[in-house]
Amino acid sequence: MKIRTIALNTLKEAIRDRILYLLFFFAAVSLISSRVLALLTVGDRVKIIKDVGLASISIFGMLMAILIGTGLVYKEIDKKTIFTLLSKPIERWEFLVGKFFGLVLTLFIMITLMTLIFLVILFLHSFRVEGRLLLAVLFIFIELILITAVAILFSCFSTPILSSIFSLSFYVIGHLSWGLEPLIRRVRPGVARSALQVLYTLLPDLENFNFKTEVVHGLTIEPRFFIYSAFYGLVYTVFVLFLAVLIFKKRDFI
Amino acid sequence: MAAVLQIDDLHKSFHVGFIPRRREILKGITLAVSQGSIFGYLGPNGAGKTTTLKCVLGLIFPDKGSIRLFDHPHLSLRAKERIGYLPENPYFYDYLTAEEFLNFYGQLFGLKGRLKAEKIDRLLARVGLERARHLQLRKFSRGMLQRIGLAQALINDPDFLLLDEPLGGLDPLGRKEIRDIIVQLKQEGKTVFLCSHILQDIEMICDRVAIIVGGRIISQGALPELISEKILFAEVTVSGLAPSDLEGMGEILSTRGDKILLKIFREEDVDGLVARVQQNKGRIHSLVPRTETLEDLFVEMVKQG
Repeated sequence: MKIRTIALNTLKEAIRDRILYLLFFFAAVSLISSRVLALLTVGDRVKIIKDVGLASISIFGMLMAILIGTGLVYKEIDKKTIFTLLSKPIERWEFLVGKFFGLVLTLFIMITLMTLIFLVILFLHSFRVEGRLLLAVLFIFIELILITAVAILFSCFSTPILSSIFSLSFYVIGHLSWGLEPLIRRVRPGVARSALQVLYTLLPDLENFNFKTEVVHGLTIEPRFFIYSAFYGLVYTVFVLFLAVLIFKKRDFI
Repeated sequence: MAAVLQIDDLHKSFHVGFIPRRREILKGITLAVSQGSIFGYLGPNGAGKTTTLKCVLGLIFPDKGSIRLFDHPHLSLRAKERIGYLPENPYFYDYLTAEEFLNFYGQLFGLKGRLKAEKIDRLLARVGLERARHLQLRKFSRGMLQRIGLAQALINDPDFLLLDEPLGGLDPLGRKEIRDIIVQLKQEGKTVFLCSHILQDIEMICDRVAIIVGGRIISQGALPELISEKILFAEVTVSGLAPSDLEGMGEILSTRGDKILLKIFREEDVDGLVARVQQNKGRIHSLVPRTETLEDLFVEMVKQG
């Protein structure tokens, strides 16, 4: 109940934040421009719309998660609104989890709106809608849930600018870390290989949530990949939130 | 009477600076607030008043010492359900309207439906903000924020209120209204812990006070015990006499026209002055004795501390 109250208040805060509308505006422009890009391209125009559309949802969703997520907890501490809130009968973890769900709810609404725009543009071009696209969007959303948890973790102990840089680095590293896998295979067994394996395990692999290429090009995906990716997302998110709670629980609010 | 708040040997330090240095803010605070009283917590800026409050509320963790609220550990939710807190500067969600703001805090205490709506109506009326119900908090003046802050502190009908500078930023009328509310709360059986710099208000409404200087409580007790009834001096306004006639009677503070304002330090000198005025066929316009005030005590304690 308390988590729900804090989550709904966070949603209210986020939807009254101008930055959300600014990002949504640019996302809409980007989605609409996919149609223009398709006109300028030689080849399968529908694929271009799908490609650009899904990429726009992913990138603007990530920006929303980071730019709003990194400010949420910090603002409460900086503006000292947390003083009154934590004097009420709520546990610190309830506050943090409430903030997390509030932002997830905001992102869900935004992703739904962006997906609607995307599907309308696609429908106007090809007069059909593919259900598989929603699968790609679902995994973008799962990735954003993890990014939200990361943004909140950094927001517990650092300023919004630093937290944004850290979260963005997490996102970039997460999308490049898969490159370590072929490297590990090439290196001879030994210390270097073990070190690379440890590094690969520790670093996030956000490519697990990327089904865009398969969906756009109509490739088959085995269901076990979906299950693995969803499970990976869940475990990683819970782990990051747990870390955030540990830090937040011990903090002094001066 | 049972102590609503019991603090024993509370210590708290912070690490400050680029190369962190330990700075001790609270150096062994011990105090008890008994049920149904208004307890004034006084101290100059930086003495440790707000730090004490933050420790009680669980916003910061003490290095040493114990805090009990209603005989529960202070961090227990059962204790927090029975308290209301108004922070020093009103920091609230400025994107909410007054009604949404109280609604939010009401929900945190599990209030629902009609009961919650009625409570919000009552509280808005009590703090005089019915008209501002649909106004966003970012458009509130400082005084209005203080009032809505008091309303949120009362949303759970708390038994114990911790108010940090509740009268700051209010005009004289607003101050009187909030002071009246605090006295009413006491009459309703509630206990109030009040941090304030406005000593006249503390003196007017508090039963007990504690004075904190440099992280230590240097004086605490019931107000009548702390402030002596002894007359410190008397201010007398006389006319019909020349200043030279009053030589040796006291200190002449001012002369305006025929009137002389004289400060007399010893009670027994008053009779002598009256006799001299009669002898010179003069007039006494006013005679105001000044007993010790909380301000005198506070200034003296801070100087000593």
